[in-house]
Amino acid sequence: MQVLRRAALRVGGRLLSSVPAVLGVVVLTFLVMRVLPGDPAVYFAGGPSAGQEQIDALRVQMGLDKPLPVQLLTYLRDIARGDLGRSLTTGQPVVVDIAQRLPASLELTLTALLLALLAALPLGILAALRPGSAVDHLVRFLCTMGVCMPTFVSGLLLVYVFYYLLGWAPDPTGRIDVFAASPPEITGFLLVDFALVGDGEGWRAAAAQLILPSCTMALFVLAPLARMTRASMLAVLGGDFIRTARAMGLPGWRVILVHALRNALLPVITITGIVFSTMLGANVLVEKVFSWPGVASYALDALQASDYAPVQGFVLLMASIFVLVNLVIDLLYGLADPRAAG
Amino acid sequence: MSAATSGLPPLLRHAGWVLRGNPVTALAMLGTALLVLLALLAPWLVPYDPIASNVRMAMQPPSAAHWFGTDQLGRDILSRLLMGARLDLAIAASAVGLSFVVGAVVGAFCGYQGGWLDRAVGRGVDVLMAFPLFVLAMAMVAALGNRVENIVYATAIINLPFYIRFARTEVAVRRQAGWVEAARAAGHGRAGVVLGFLLPNILPNIAVQISLNLGWAILNAAGLSFLGLGITAPTPEWGIMVAEGARFITAGQWWLVAFPGLALMLAVLCFNLLGDGLRDILDPRMRT
Repeated sequence: MQVLRRAALRVGGRLLSSVPAVLGVVVLTFLVMRVLPGDPAVYFAGGPSAGQEQIDALRVQMGLDKPLPVQLLTYLRDIARGDLGRSLTTGQPVVVDIAQRLPASLELTLTALLLALLAALPLGILAALRPGSAVDHLVRFLCTMGVCMPTFVSGLLLVYVFYYLLGWAPDPTGRIDVFAASPPEITGFLLVDFALVGDGEGWRAAAAQLILPSCTMALFVLAPLARMTRASMLAVLGGDFIRTARAMGLPGWRVILVHALRNALLPVITITGIVFSTMLGANVLVEKVFSWPGVASYALDALQASDYAPVQGFVLLMASIFVLVNLVIDLLYGLADPRAAG
Repeated sequence: MSAATSGLPPLLRHAGWVLRGNPVTALAMLGTALLVLLALLAPWLVPYDPIASNVRMAMQPPSAAHWFGTDQLGRDILSRLLMGARLDLAIAASAVGLSFVVGAVVGAFCGYQGGWLDRAVGRGVDVLMAFPLFVLAMAMVAALGNRVENIVYATAIINLPFYIRFARTEVAVRRQAGWVEAARAAGHGRAGVVLGFLLPNILPNIAVQISLNLGWAILNAAGLSFLGLGITAPTPEWGIMVAEGARFITAGQWWLVAFPGLALMLAVLCFNLLGDGLRDILDPRMRT
């Protein structure tokens, strides 16, 4: 009970302390969006040829005739009610649009993170076990190359090799083949939905569409993860308790995976949080390369049409995810190392 | 130590020693120098006009006449690559330079003075860091207008938090040092102490940061123009070249994307390795 209450207090405290930053983000985006060139009222009345009274009517309807501070207050009040405004390009409330598209982005990002961790942890551990060996050099090489490769270039090169040359990957556009039936909308995560209805063929098709974009993004974050795992494992492996565990005759894998890895995990968790937030930004590029129907490409389209509301909604969403990720990281610390929970 | 090098100042001698032990850094220096040279001499080196289109020669694969092939309008990719190097390096250098100057000065004053200024700037930095930085840059270029200088400003602003934090901590640990005390006692004012003594002292450490940052700034600028922000069509620039070539990759025309992509990668690789090498030279404790 005591433990649960302390955890709840921690979560509450963390959430409260992130309010000013999120509020700052909201205000800053609001201001940036208001200096965007182009008058949305003119744009959506059908260009400068539209009648002046039509434009004025739209302006009043959109609240653009009021002074800036009033507009800001109205915007904040709407956010508090869960109303992010209406997208002028899709004609739908931004909340609905985002809710429709968020699963696509999350599925991509989470799959990529999983792939990256599955590759980075073993590589980092192997490199740390044999510093100076061929594996270590390979990992170092991969890390150095990984951070230099722009995601949009590596994505296109993967398309060239696996779609054009080898023909292993399906046409790299969208989440699902145009002719395939989409699964019933349950969670919005295609892999989960196909699995829930037991459609094996559909699941494989969705996974095939997902694999190239998620590999692209995984390559992008492999380097920091593997590098940190290696450094952290190296530091831990030199510790007295590892020597003791070995001296007591515990099997080698047990020493490494249980005693060393658990102690080496904290910095890896920290870097995973940082990496996750850079992935949110990289999403824009990857979604563009693979015509992925996620929130980032939605925001990019809106940005180019000077449609304020979706962009503001997107940035608010990103900032909130960022805060949530930091919170989860904080809680994971406590799980990985009870001393850190303090 | 041979007689030829023993007359050099200690830092240079030390640098020579590190470089001999670390040929990768030497290579990175060479690569960076070559890159800058190519960019500077590009207008005299290009074999073809990088903007003139020649539809008869469109989509030629690499050949002796066009080493890197031609694009969908028949423009020579090598020529566009060389001219693009100028623009990309110029954007990255001016963005990093701008955020370095502003960030170092602001951060140094914050670290020296503390108090309300420090707290206010710290809050501002927190807000900036709560954004996905690339998204922030996108929004800024869109807001300020599709011009090259706005890519520079956007890239400078998203780099700013790192310089402010870095300079702030570096100055804060030196604030109470004896020589700072001495400078104060000698009658230097606040600005004099910060600009005349503290900033020069932390400069070498920031130099490492600059080199590592340049690579990131290039990736960032190229990413923005890949999305169609900031740089408009006929201008030769690496990101926009990749974007234009992207349409043809599923038809197997790889050279439109591969060469600008490779150029980006090599440039970033050189800057990153150079930064690691500089750190080795300046701070032996950090050597990996």
